[in-house]
Amino acid sequence: MSAEARMGVPTITLGQRWRGRFLYPGLTLLLLLLAWEVGVGVLRIPDFILPPPSEIATEMVTQRHSLWPHTIVTAMEVLAGFGLSLAIGIPLGIMIVYSPVFERTIYPLLVSSQTIPKIAVAPLFLFWFGFGATSKIVVALLIAFFPMVISTVIGLRAIESEMIHLARSMGASQLLTFLKIRLPNALPNIFGGMKVAITLAVVGAVVGEFVGADKGLGYVVVLANGALNTRLLFAAIVLLSLLGIVLFAAVQLLERVLLPPHLVGHGDDAANTI
Amino acid sequence: MAQPRLTPEQVPRTRETVVTIDRATKTYGTRDGVIRALEEVNLGLREGEFLSVVGPSGCGKSTLLMLISGLVPLSSGAIRIGAREVTRPYTNLGIVFQRDLLLPWRTVRDNVLLQVELRRLDRRRFEEYAHELLDLVGLRGFETKYPFELSGGMRQRVAICRALIHDPPLLLMDEPFGALDAITRDQMNLDLLKIWGQSQKTVFFITHSIPEAVFLSDRVVVMSPRPGRIVEIVDVQLPRPRQLALRETQEFAAHTRRIREALQAEGVLSED
Repeated sequence: MSAEARMGVPTITLGQRWRGRFLYPGLTLLLLLLAWEVGVGVLRIPDFILPPPSEIATEMVTQRHSLWPHTIVTAMEVLAGFGLSLAIGIPLGIMIVYSPVFERTIYPLLVSSQTIPKIAVAPLFLFWFGFGATSKIVVALLIAFFPMVISTVIGLRAIESEMIHLARSMGASQLLTFLKIRLPNALPNIFGGMKVAITLAVVGAVVGEFVGADKGLGYVVVLANGALNTRLLFAAIVLLSLLGIVLFAAVQLLERVLLPPHLVGHGDDAANTI
Repeated sequence: MAQPRLTPEQVPRTRETVVTIDRATKTYGTRDGVIRALEEVNLGLREGEFLSVVGPSGCGKSTLLMLISGLVPLSSGAIRIGAREVTRPYTNLGIVFQRDLLLPWRTVRDNVLLQVELRRLDRRRFEEYAHELLDLVGLRGFETKYPFELSGGMRQRVAICRALIHDPPLLLMDEPFGALDAITRDQMNLDLLKIWGQSQKTVFFITHSIPEAVFLSDRVVVMSPRPGRIVEIVDVQLPRPRQLALRETQEFAAHTRRIREALQAEGVLSED
């Protein structure tokens, strides 16, 4: 018996944490897939309606040489759109917080513009930016950058006015107050926004590809749909899900590297309400 | 921790006035009209003295502190620190607020050294002193802890160290122990007196607690409800170093009685 256990202190081992986060949900998923596999066979559901998971997996393996380049194309569009949403959204959030003019002019417009269904605007971008990657990147950017702006604004504002007073009494410049107090204080919120944005960027890129493309997983979905190739359709969906999971995990990893452990995930709730 | 200090009788005559508050008036414009927060306050802080301000909520105590620090501009009157008139944030001081305002992503040591970093001083030169200060307030071994791992009293100790790390001659404290439990508060009082006894700083201390003000101070300023005026300044004629038992003595009670009566004369603490 360990010292902690003897003293009655509950400790969570790494193994227990791993089990809670991955093992139990993973087992449940496996069970669902098994039910799917068996259910499709027993109920004689035709392949073009719902193929069994084994067939989808086979499709992914046999078609890997054509599916991989499409995955890369979509991944690049997502990353570019997400990167631009950071490059535009965070500075815009900073300007809104620091400039009363921006706060009164741009900010209300930005908030009310969210009632526009951005997906409906996607065909316009095809018109403006052509058939290539640019139109998809722009849709991804447009959907992803709003949570970045809002989470940056929320994070930068979440500082007590007394703290700003204190910094001024220490003779701190505006820049130093921003770098040492405001920005680090906003980081958990900004990461919360990034987790929402990366998920939305995947949606944006796929929608862009739906509207008109000759590459990418969204294009594969449309293609497979038209050909009634349900296996390929599912294969593309699985790859899109995996892409989303990998990118989300990458953002989470970056958060864990940059923030002290007790602040990881602190901005998630605020970001999820955006 | 007995320090050779001047007797209270000597303090007023021998010490120079370092902060002069001359007819300080502060009004705020709000939607419901003008609020007069402070009315013609005259006060001198003497070098090395411990001065407390007591008064009801909203009497402008905190406003007075903000005016001294130059963080809020005066409506009329003047405040001078040394020979200089305060017209913008005055930085040769340390401030402790009721909330510790520690940065959650910084360790205890890095929170203390924030003061040094924001002043663009060489961090390495102050690391040793940060260690000494934390040791002095009983936080040895907590340097690498984060604020969330500390109790409220410990966090406020860190905030005090942060206010002292650059060794300012003036310390402004706005109800620093107001959020702490009574026993922790007593301990903080004792520790603060210990630090003050060793450092000879001028302390401007705001509190709601009459006994706390008497226990700590050389002089206690009593303020009226809004608009805040000084109604009485009580010289605390109690020997130092002070111990908690002092609070049960007749002399101590005589001081708290005087302050209570001054407040009651202003309609505060009415017993009808």
